[in-house]
Amino acid sequence: MDTPFGERKSDAQRIAFKSVDEYPEAPISLGTTLINFTGDWRTFIPVVDDEKCVKCYICWKFCPEPAIFIREDGYIGIDYDYCKGCGICANECPTKAITMVKEEK
Amino acid sequence: MDYKPIKKVISGNYAAAYAAKHARVEVVAAYPITPQTSIIEKISEFIANGEVENLQYVPVESEHSAMAACIGASATGARAFTATSAQGLALMHEMLHWASGARLPIVMVDVNRAMAPPWSVWDDQTDSLAQRDTGWMQFYAENNQEVYDGVLMAFKVAETVNLPAMIVESAFILSHTYDVVEMIPQELVDEFLPPRKPLYTLTDFDNPIAVGALGTPADYYEFRYKIEKAMEEAREVIHKVGREFGEKFGRDYSQMIELYRTEDAEFVFMGLGSLMGTVKQAVDVLRSEGYKVGAAKVRWFRPFPKEELYELAKHVEGIAVLDRNFSFGQEGILFNEAKGALYNTDAKPIMKNYIVGLGGRDFTVSDVRKIAENMKKIIESRKLDREIEWYHLKR
Repeated sequence: MDTPFGERKSDAQRIAFKSVDEYPEAPISLGTTLINFTGDWRTFIPVVDDEKCVKCYICWKFCPEPAIFIREDGYIGIDYDYCKGCGICANECPTKAITMVKEEK
Repeated sequence: MDYKPIKKVISGNYAAAYAAKHARVEVVAAYPITPQTSIIEKISEFIANGEVENLQYVPVESEHSAMAACIGASATGARAFTATSAQGLALMHEMLHWASGARLPIVMVDVNRAMAPPWSVWDDQTDSLAQRDTGWMQFYAENNQEVYDGVLMAFKVAETVNLPAMIVESAFILSHTYDVVEMIPQELVDEFLPPRKPLYTLTDFDNPIAVGALGTPADYYEFRYKIEKAMEEAREVIHKVGREFGEKFGRDYSQMIELYRTEDAEFVFMGLGSLMGTVKQAVDVLRSEGYKVGAAKVRWFRPFPKEELYELAKHVEGIAVLDRNFSFGQEGILFNEAKGALYNTDAKPIMKNYIVGLGGRDFTVSDVRKIAENMKKIIESRKLDREIEWYHLKR
């Protein structure tokens, strides 16, 4: 999936260094977030109920990432590669269409 | 060593400025503070006179910003330089960690000045030694020549191991005192110090990186270890660069501790910076009077030269550590380090700490003689009268 801005995401893999020698010498992030997804920081994950959604897009406006996008059918979608699970969308939703559930990892 | 040096009678601060110029620094960001100011004034003058090419001077509103600007410049791959003193260095403290943590080989001259209050502009090493744990290398210059040589070597060492380095000189005793300095022709400096090869650069747009990344508990630890590995490597690099400097320019800096007449010495005086010039002169006088004494000038305080200290400590009965600094609640900082470095070894000389010259209190050859008399008594009786002596205290 591309980002909501149409940039092509790379086939990202979580970079995990196994030994000290594998680390870069300086603490730098290699590449941009098109490679380094930030979604795996979260504990809770937003789940949208389309039946309750009234397409007001308040969640879309408030999402700080922004990881909420508008689908072709007008409902909202969440880019879980970047959603950090902050829950602002669920808090702002006037119809309680978004619920935060603990993510199984 | 076949070259004709450019001899000039200049202050320690001008020696620092000329060295920065000869090192072809590309960015200087600094804020004025006595007694450092004439370093950056001289650099501004080079720029105003058109004597340097490709040097950006960034006027900033504080020392914190000065170091921040140097960090930004260094992260693009530029050779960055700054200078400060005392309160200015303290204000930089946060940024000093950033420079070493991001592995940027910035070189800074700190002109040792006493921390206030009471306000003082005079010589005292506590400002720089209080930055001991920031991951910066520290070189203490005895004279103006060593300020010049130190800056050139510091760039080479720093850019090899990717850690920042601080060249430390004394307020007024060096900073504003004129002495002959032999400078090296530009083409020979260029040969000694080629352009920097950065570890990474922010301006490689095809391979974007982010500096100042988050390090979770899963990763932070390894980066700290890498800084320590670089410090360990720096010891070897310092020996090598110091030797190369000697072969090329006739002044050898291969030893992290300069030993002066320590062969067959019963005890030695150990210290940092300009006060060791006085001590060496005193050693000559004392030797002529029959004292078997020598001087051990600690050139590099970080990385700490523990192996060289051990080699020295094995062969002497006593070490008088002269600290122009103090760590409140404990003792002189060099004394603390030296004692600690020897604890797990079989070298057990009697060590005594003399607190001297704080805030620019004059420290002379006759003071060294009095300390020698005291040390001689201690060694003969094998009894330490007290561990820490506030030598000048008016009683």
